[in-house]
Amino acid sequence: MTPPTAEPGWARALLIGGAALLLGLFLLLPLAAVFTEALRRGWAPAWQALSDPDAVAAVRLTLLVAAIAVPVNTLGGLAAAWCIAKFRFSGRALLLALIDLPFSVSPVISGLVWVLLFGAHGWLGPWLQEHDIQIVFAVPGLVLATIFVTFPFIARTLIPLMQEQGRAAEEAAATLGASGWQTFRRVTLPEIRWALLSGVLLCNARAMGEFGAVSVVSGHIRGETNTMPLHVEILYNEYQFAGAFAVAALLALLALVTLGAKTLLERGGTPRSLAA
Amino acid sequence: MTRPVVSRRTVLGAAAMGGAVLLSGQGARAQGAAQLLNVSYDPTRELYRDFNASFVEQWKARTGQTIRANASHGGSGRQARAVIDGLQADVVTLALAYDIDAIAGRGLIATDWQSRLPHNSAPYTSTIVFLVRKGNPKGLRDWGDLARPGVGVITPNPKTSGGARWNYLAGWAWALRQPGGDEPAAQAYLAQVFRNVPVLDTGARGSTTSFVQRGQGDVLLAWENEAHLAFAEFGADKFDIIYPSLSILAEPPVAVVDRNVDRRGTRALAEAYLQALYTPEGQALAAKHFYRPRDPAALAAAGNRFPRLELVTIDDSVFGGWQKTQARHFDDGGLFDRIYQPGR
Repeated sequence: MTPPTAEPGWARALLIGGAALLLGLFLLLPLAAVFTEALRRGWAPAWQALSDPDAVAAVRLTLLVAAIAVPVNTLGGLAAAWCIAKFRFSGRALLLALIDLPFSVSPVISGLVWVLLFGAHGWLGPWLQEHDIQIVFAVPGLVLATIFVTFPFIARTLIPLMQEQGRAAEEAAATLGASGWQTFRRVTLPEIRWALLSGVLLCNARAMGEFGAVSVVSGHIRGETNTMPLHVEILYNEYQFAGAFAVAALLALLALVTLGAKTLLERGGTPRSLAA
Repeated sequence: MTRPVVSRRTVLGAAAMGGAVLLSGQGARAQGAAQLLNVSYDPTRELYRDFNASFVEQWKARTGQTIRANASHGGSGRQARAVIDGLQADVVTLALAYDIDAIAGRGLIATDWQSRLPHNSAPYTSTIVFLVRKGNPKGLRDWGDLARPGVGVITPNPKTSGGARWNYLAGWAWALRQPGGDEPAAQAYLAQVFRNVPVLDTGARGSTTSFVQRGQGDVLLAWENEAHLAFAEFGADKFDIIYPSLSILAEPPVAVVDRNVDRRGTRALAEAYLQALYTPEGQALAAKHFYRPRDPAALAAAGNRFPRLELVTIDDSVFGGWQKTQARHFDDGGLFDRIYQPGR
């Protein structure tokens, strides 16, 4: 006898089979293709593509951009989520909409805004040129574009959780005479740490993989302003397919490690946050 | 409670250290050597990879100074736009004089740039040829064959691609030369050809990939050097190169970006770089990558690599220069817009 909450066997098989098929077709197969293509001609060409000075520079640049963008977004995302979840103020809806802005505009626009602001003919361009400061077509532009595109990840992960938790604990802490910083560090942060880490990791994965916005502000100078996704495109366009897939595989691997870390953390974190 | 705090500190510390290592590495790279940036268009990637390596050696031998020669590639119009927007190019080596004129129009390059170097500042030339499937199964010999029903023609979009404009104009010039050829006939001919185009890519490389990798179409209208590169990369057993009876002489020009080199103090280096393109070594490298060298000796040394064919130039009376051609054919509402309506 089947329990009343369960679907009949054939329906379960169909649903699970369908989901597995979709996952396999749209997620696993492309991923497998990247790794197979990368190693099609063996390890040596793949390793050669990865140890090429331009590729090494691209990996460094990608990690550097992520190392700046992710901490900035962690602070900004925390602050935004804190404001929205714990306080009621006019303009709150506007702030929420603004946080979603990078998700809703095309990455090309996210890149172009920086060119319009900091480009030679942008609003601040002439002033920057006078002071010999290069923002677009250099590392600062890449960092700005990446920060913009990946901003919502952390705030969006935190807001539902913080709203659900309400402000009772913080109010209790305030009543007991805790300062704002003490409340944050001892009451709020422990509650949200797993969600925060998961947001940070998602943000990091996207920061390393961002293509569109970064492509607009990069200038595509080899060994200088090419991130890994841009380097993949260059190699592909130069008919170096094995090399392109080798760098793509490394990029996918970085993302997989990030996601793996996230899953591990969540597994470790769930009982704690439930207990809390 | 204590465990997560410790681990978080460790994580943060590691991240900060990682960042510091990266930053210091980056700084060392940037300080190391004088740098030169060549902003170029798509099909010159292989040429300038070789040329930059050779120039770095030449410069070292001549001055003892170690430099880095960097390259950036993309669609010609888009690259010009980036330089206008502040990409710090020392030299530009683009597909069309029109694109360098656009940069000069913003005051970054002196307006007389084209007369500063020999041969209209174009150290090498190229032309448009046909790349067809091995054995030429559709028997495509000349421009007229492209208009036949059932022939798939691959070319990028003339609105976005410099190469595609040359393709279009070469067909235009051919149609005018035919018996009874006048402008309405040329328009009708090109309309027929573009009806045979299944997909318009935005750039030359995209079209080559469509034709070569994805197997679309029967003929690719391509730069001579792109056709030879595809030939070399994917095997001579897959394709044939067809030279039509007439084509167009493309003169991809080069220029020093005056405002940038004066601010960065790289004028001597940038000028030497462009002059090196005209030396026997530079000309031989151009020929090696299937750009037609200007130097008669280099051309002779290339043997039968560059078959002779009749070439019309953009300054020919049928076109009257780039400014005029651009306005007449490719600007919004121009002849190309009237000829090509997608989905017909």
